[in-house]
Amino acid sequence: MSKMNLTRRGVLQTGAVAGAGLALPTYLSAAAHSGFTNAPTGDTVTLGFNVPQTGPYADEGADELRAFELAVEHLNGGGDGGMLNTFSSKALEGNGIMGKKVQYVTGDTQTKSDAARASAKSMIEKDGAIMISGGSSSGVAVAVQGLCQEAGVIFMAGLTHSNDTTGKDKKANGFRHFFNAYMSAAALAPVLKNLYGDDRAAYHLTADYTWGWTQQESIQAATEAMGWSTINDVRTPLAATDFSSYIAPVLNSGADVLVLNHYGGNMVNSLTNAVQFGLRDKQVNGKNFEIVVPLYSELMAKGAGQNIKGIVGSQNWDWKLENQMGDRYAGTNAFVQSFGTKYGFPPSQAAQTCYAQTLLYADAVARAGSFNPCAVGEALAGFEFDGLGNGPTLYRADDHQCFKDVLVVRGAEDPSDEFNLVEIVEVTPAEQVTYDPEHPMFAGGALGECNPGA
Amino acid sequence: MFGLNTKDTTLLLIVAMLTMFAPFILNPFPADSAMAQFNAGYPDLMQRFVIFGIFAIGFNILFGLTGYLSFGHAAFLGVGSYSAVWMMKLLTMNVIPAIALSVIVAGLFSVVIGYVSLRRSGIYFSILTLAFAQMSFNLAYSVLTPITNGETGLQISLSDPRILDGAGAARYPNLFGAEMNDATTLFLGGWSFTFSVGYYVCAVIMLLCFYLSVRIFRSPFGMMLRAVKSNQQRMNYTGLNTKPYTLAAFVISGMYAGLAGGLLAAMDPLAGAERMQWTASGEVVLMTILGGAGTLIGPVLGAGFIKYFENIFSKINDSVLHSWFSFMPDGIEDLMVTLVHPFVGKGWSLTLGIMFMLVVTFLPGGLVEGGQRIGRLLRRKPAKDDSASGKTEPAE
Repeated sequence: MSKMNLTRRGVLQTGAVAGAGLALPTYLSAAAHSGFTNAPTGDTVTLGFNVPQTGPYADEGADELRAFELAVEHLNGGGDGGMLNTFSSKALEGNGIMGKKVQYVTGDTQTKSDAARASAKSMIEKDGAIMISGGSSSGVAVAVQGLCQEAGVIFMAGLTHSNDTTGKDKKANGFRHFFNAYMSAAALAPVLKNLYGDDRAAYHLTADYTWGWTQQESIQAATEAMGWSTINDVRTPLAATDFSSYIAPVLNSGADVLVLNHYGGNMVNSLTNAVQFGLRDKQVNGKNFEIVVPLYSELMAKGAGQNIKGIVGSQNWDWKLENQMGDRYAGTNAFVQSFGTKYGFPPSQAAQTCYAQTLLYADAVARAGSFNPCAVGEALAGFEFDGLGNGPTLYRADDHQCFKDVLVVRGAEDPSDEFNLVEIVEVTPAEQVTYDPEHPMFAGGALGECNPGA
Repeated sequence: MFGLNTKDTTLLLIVAMLTMFAPFILNPFPADSAMAQFNAGYPDLMQRFVIFGIFAIGFNILFGLTGYLSFGHAAFLGVGSYSAVWMMKLLTMNVIPAIALSVIVAGLFSVVIGYVSLRRSGIYFSILTLAFAQMSFNLAYSVLTPITNGETGLQISLSDPRILDGAGAARYPNLFGAEMNDATTLFLGGWSFTFSVGYYVCAVIMLLCFYLSVRIFRSPFGMMLRAVKSNQQRMNYTGLNTKPYTLAAFVISGMYAGLAGGLLAAMDPLAGAERMQWTASGEVVLMTILGGAGTLIGPVLGAGFIKYFENIFSKINDSVLHSWFSFMPDGIEDLMVTLVHPFVGKGWSLTLGIMFMLVVTFLPGGLVEGGQRIGRLLRRKPAKDDSASGKTEPAE
């Protein structure tokens, strides 16, 4: 290093600059705190839709975005109104939210926590979004929910199925309409017992992040309770595209059921690999080898093609629900109608949950008479509603989780067209999938206090 | 001033002005105008500019001076983030211990990786560092999940111990009570400028880092590193052992990366494994080359350039495009949207790739060389390479 020449002037100058630098944050923190983050001032209000446009969940993300656009159109009084007509709460009038026209911004989560938070932050800080919704991965949802809690905006979770989202990582500013892994397991277990008996050995392949972990835990607990044994649980990276090396060991493991705790592109690839390895034609322990995919959607069925036939799983919602199961699920047909008119095909469950979440948020604002996240949160907590396609539903105040009926579905053996790849086996009533907020799989977190931000 | 010559002092002052007035400079368009799409003056992005600036400055000390191309620097960034978040979970939400620990841990980590990797040079060194980084990524992703929380990422929660924080302590990262996400907005006519605490904390640290890097560039130590780049064999023949110098450069740049990682976590208390992925390592290489490897200001410019594309271009969706071209007749409007669509939104990396190709082909010295050429054109002087940043050379 070169020689230091300390002069009186130099020391003073350096000291002054350093002092100013250190003093600046103190000055800034004195900023006035008034109201809440991004309080809408003009005649518009901005919502942020943060969905995966790239990565393994991109198909779901694209469908979510369509649903968001449709919801905004309906909120602003455009189109045929969709589920606004069947929704049990009549606070929304089709003139935006509290008379303010709804605008939206979109972002790409890339199915990565870091990118999702960057994108959500830019929506909050740059575009002034008052609510963030979306996310097709629980890892992302948990990360963005944490961010919204810190920033003081409402997070209306889209597609996130991990127990943790409303379990140990629940937040006062976060709300989830979608069902969760525990509910899937509770709905699936009786059906699996009927179909495959109570003496089975299961082998789990699990996506290695919060959703996979909790779903595997839930399914294992539910199936073991009815007599199944669990041979092994292998974790696979979310970014994996080829699962051959994970499937091969299943063949000689002695297992007669393969549970794929995979979603989106992961599931399409792993199921295809499993079928290519001839698993479904195998006989083990004198029984037919079976594959179970606890959570899947029409979009994934489309991706998996022939391979999905006869595969049992669970869903939050299906577009055929009202037609097959009756009026209890009112709203379904209205939504399918307007979605189909706009885009030319029926919506997926991801689309339905995002559409419902947007409407629920808008309705809560209208009922609370304020955009303040705390007021909105209060209006949502404990809210009972109907007519959004899932039948009577409760937004439980203890953990901000919706409780409603769960569908058990199966890949159609002989689909009439590409929109009927999945058939509904039965609908499990909400009471059967309801759990205590302090259930061990959900314990360990706290909602905390609602944060309205600056 | 500050032990620098006039030219470097000017450069330092320019950088200081740019960072201090960034909220104004990056928000040139009124908030309501259609061009507001291109404003980058919001806290999160400004923080990213300076943090990745620090990362690239550090990388440049290794790559720009010694010519050793490390493809594993993201490992240090990730390690820094994890240590910072753990500090905030266990000790206190004050960012000082978090940042300090992230620098120390990244330093130790880089001593180990550097010691092994620097036994080789050229492509073998790059591959070794890449291998180490990929190992760290996989460890963080699926092996050390109790420490890193895997794919989900490590977050703070209400139930963390935080033994130094009392009951009434701030719940979010802060510097002696000044919370990082505190901000104040100045409205001037149609313009709005946001000043955030977090940004200015990062900016002051970035200036210190920049100053340190100028001093290193101008020191005998820096000269030694340049000598390594120009001919290491000759140095060995004259009886000099170059290894301590290269290792020191590696560790310094590793600590810069750790500092950047710690700051990222301090601004937003989350650490994810994807920060360590090889794409993140590649990104800093792109930043440095795009800006101008071996120059002082280049890496900072490159970092800003790439982060701008990632955050601004990726947000232009079809409805924004339609509103841009709405003045055209319907058919042409749709045609224009179809033509532009692949280059914006999720196609931002395509645009960035094309820009990178153009820069490397026509401006091998990066953006800095572009600036020098423009400067020379304006001054109408004959070409003479005497810039403050020294001779620009293409990457090894």
